Amino acid sequence: MAILASEVELPGSVRVRRRVPRGLLVASCLVAALLLLPLAFLLLEARQVGWAQLFGLLFRQLTLTLLVNLVGLAVVVTALAAGIGTGAAWLVERTDLPGRRLLALLLVLPLAVPDFVVAFGWVSLLPAVSGYGGAVLVMTAGLYPLVYLPVSASLRGADPTQEETARTLGLGPGRTFWRVTLRQVRPTILAGCLLVSLALLAEYGAFEILGYQTFTTEIFTEFQVGFNAPAACALSLVVVLIGLLVLLGEGTLRDRGRMARTAHNSRRAGPRLQLRRWRWPAVAALALVVAVALGMPIGVVLYWLVRGGSSTLPQSASVGSAAGHTVLYSAAAAAIATILALPVALLACRSPERGVRLLERSTYIVQGLPGLVIALALVFFALHYLPFVYQTSGLLIGAYAILFFPLAYVAVRASVLQAPVALEEVARSLGRSPWQVRWRVTLPLVAPGLAAAFCLVFLSAVTELTATLVLVPTGVQTLATQFWAYTGNVSYGAAAPYAAAMVAISIVPGILLGRWFDRRPAQLGAPR
Amino acid sequence: MKAVSAVGLHKGFRATPVLRGLDLAVEQASLTAVLGPSGSGKTTLLRVIAGLERADRGELSLAGQLVDGGRHFLRPERRRIGYVPQEASLFPHLTVEQNVGFGLARQLRSGPRVAELLDVVGLGGLGGRYPHQLSGGQQQRVALARALAIAPQLLLLDEPFSALDPSLRASVREEVRGILARTGIATILVTHDQEEALSVADQVAVLRQGVVAQFGSPRQLYSDPVDLEMARFLGDANLIEGIVSGDEVVTPLGTLRRRTSPGSAGTPGPAVVLVRPEQIVISAEASTGVPGRILHAEFHGHDSVVEVASAAPQLPGTIRVRVQGAANVEPNALVTLSASGEAQVWPKPAE
Repeated sequence: MAILASEVELPGSVRVRRRVPRGLLVASCLVAALLLLPLAFLLLEARQVGWAQLFGLLFRQLTLTLLVNLVGLAVVVTALAAGIGTGAAWLVERTDLPGRRLLALLLVLPLAVPDFVVAFGWVSLLPAVSGYGGAVLVMTAGLYPLVYLPVSASLRGADPTQEETARTLGLGPGRTFWRVTLRQVRPTILAGCLLVSLALLAEYGAFEILGYQTFTTEIFTEFQVGFNAPAACALSLVVVLIGLLVLLGEGTLRDRGRMARTAHNSRRAGPRLQLRRWRWPAVAALALVVAVALGMPIGVVLYWLVRGGSSTLPQSASVGSAAGHTVLYSAAAAAIATILALPVALLACRSPERGVRLLERSTYIVQGLPGLVIALALVFFALHYLPFVYQTSGLLIGAYAILFFPLAYVAVRASVLQAPVALEEVARSLGRSPWQVRWRVTLPLVAPGLAAAFCLVFLSAVTELTATLVLVPTGVQTLATQFWAYTGNVSYGAAAPYAAAMVAISIVPGILLGRWFDRRPAQLGAPR
Repeated sequence: MKAVSAVGLHKGFRATPVLRGLDLAVEQASLTAVLGPSGSGKTTLLRVIAGLERADRGELSLAGQLVDGGRHFLRPERRRIGYVPQEASLFPHLTVEQNVGFGLARQLRSGPRVAELLDVVGLGGLGGRYPHQLSGGQQQRVALARALAIAPQLLLLDEPFSALDPSLRASVREEVRGILARTGIATILVTHDQEEALSVADQVAVLRQGVVAQFGSPRQLYSDPVDLEMARFLGDANLIEGIVSGDEVVTPLGTLRRRTSPGSAGTPGPAVVLVRPEQIVISAEASTGVPGRILHAEFHGHDSVVEVASAAPQLPGTIRVRVQGAANVEPNALVTLSASGEAQVWPKPAE
């Protein structure tokens, strides 16, 4: 076996190359292979259907309609999300906006409310909110945090001396914003936009509630209602193709964005811009955003909870037992995804060699695969080759773990960077064996990140709807499936407790996560 | 018995050789500086000695015991080597006390040993702090205490002072030297700062392209560099032309005694002569010596270096002269220069 070597740039510009640990390499390859399984299964299914039939299914009016629907929505929602996200980030980070700390928190929270609950909130109260207009409203409200969050972080980390220099060169605040600030954060904005597009591509529940036809709703109908596997497979291929294209763009931007980042120690904050008479209009605008994205869905859920409501469906699962299943599946998936992320992160952070980087990149591909496609691919495979795993909880947990691997990976990678190899080497020279070093040095340093990864995946799995609907074992109800069943039956009062339980369960990991991110600067030894 | 004995060490990474047959012998209870420019293999040498890298060829013995060579390889945790990397690398999740006690047996970790060590490095009472609550110099000293805790037979310091700001560097350096002298542990200090190497070490090994180009006491290295490159590397050097005759060398600056060390040219004829700035005297009177014109003076506090332009063809365009305290010279003033003492001499390279 060829031994990979890598160069590690040490401070003092001495280059030392280390061997890639073989165990880690093997484990990471296995993880990458596992993550690529859905894609492989999908292609396998496509081959079984036959390319001739696939082309027949693809080149028809329906595909074009779906494409137009998707692009028409994506363009408008992405532009709105970029405008709202960037504007809100700038107001919160760079101006003397009153109540900006509270607003900063409220502006992020919509991420914890699943989009189908937002849609439910609007439609159950105002049935007129539907179709294209409804989709624009709900998806913008649900997805703008994907721009807001990275842009505000980028503004916080950007070098204020650039703006100060622009001011000394004679630019006013407005022109400084256009010519300097916006330039600094532009790659971040674009990357956020691509995340919004990916989310739009993957969304199912909200579109179904709003009655807006896209690829996911059509795939779901073909598969669950029409039992037309070939058609579902053909449309899935289109979705995967679009997803991978978007991902490719995102990867390119990520590399470019790296250059825009500034040195660690230049974290001095510049003076905030005085809004003067625009203060209260600005607050009102952000309050409106929060009201639409957060206040409305939460308010409506509470309204239905209080009003209660009878259901025509038989009570197949209580909130308690559905919550039990949701927690069980989500926790298992979170643990698995976190464990899978660890070897890849260790390898990628410590052996930044070209081959290793390629391996790491291959795990990003999962981001471009919607949950529905991953679930369908697993179903195709199980039906053909392993019928006994079909409709088992294992398949659902596996789908969650694959789907949310990228989330776990981000957190685990960040924490592995907190545990540099130099520390392990010092520990070795102090007379500790490799296993003792892992136990006493590496694990304690990585543990907070592992906890964060677990929480991120758990939070997302609790509110996952689409893959759950496809893969949930027969006779088992989770919060999401039960909510869906009642909503589909227009029993809003009966659905509300399940939505409330989902949001409540995801708040605990949310708080833990917030605390972890607050703690990180201290660990890095940054001046406080 | 040498504390460290390396014979013909080779270490490369893929196609790039880093150590190319390096020999080094470090005496017990001595402080050896390994000096070299970036990329000369300093850090790799340290890592091979610590056992963090395995040599491709050659033998390495510690206190007479073979630890790396042939099929022998002693793992790093068995070598009892205190290793202090560049950035102190304290464990951020442990307090100062826990950091220092890391290499100790469990029952010793809470005993008096840790407090003693903290006193040794002058940090008594700070045991409960976390690394990020310490200054850079304090972190460096904790790292030293942590390495000393395992009673090492050898200490390796990898540019330990480079992360400190200059005002702190000298004081921490002195403290560390004091601690090492008291404990009597053989120490290897890697640095790229020749002033640091010359001022701190008992012995200096200058690394160049993976081999030791010269090894000796700081005074030897400064006065008898093996070649011109070494002469320039170790401090300010005026390289002037002269003629060797017998034990003397005649230069425009005066007649100097020729040093009789290895590498020094003995054959009569044209030669290159190393004259250190402190060997030259500036005189305002037109006495014997070479006329020159003052360019400017760099004031260093304890001394000054004056640059003088000279028109003599055997001299370089500017001559550097060291004078005590502030130089009492005006730019463009006309002076004469003369040199005295001993000088290292090399045959003049053919043109």
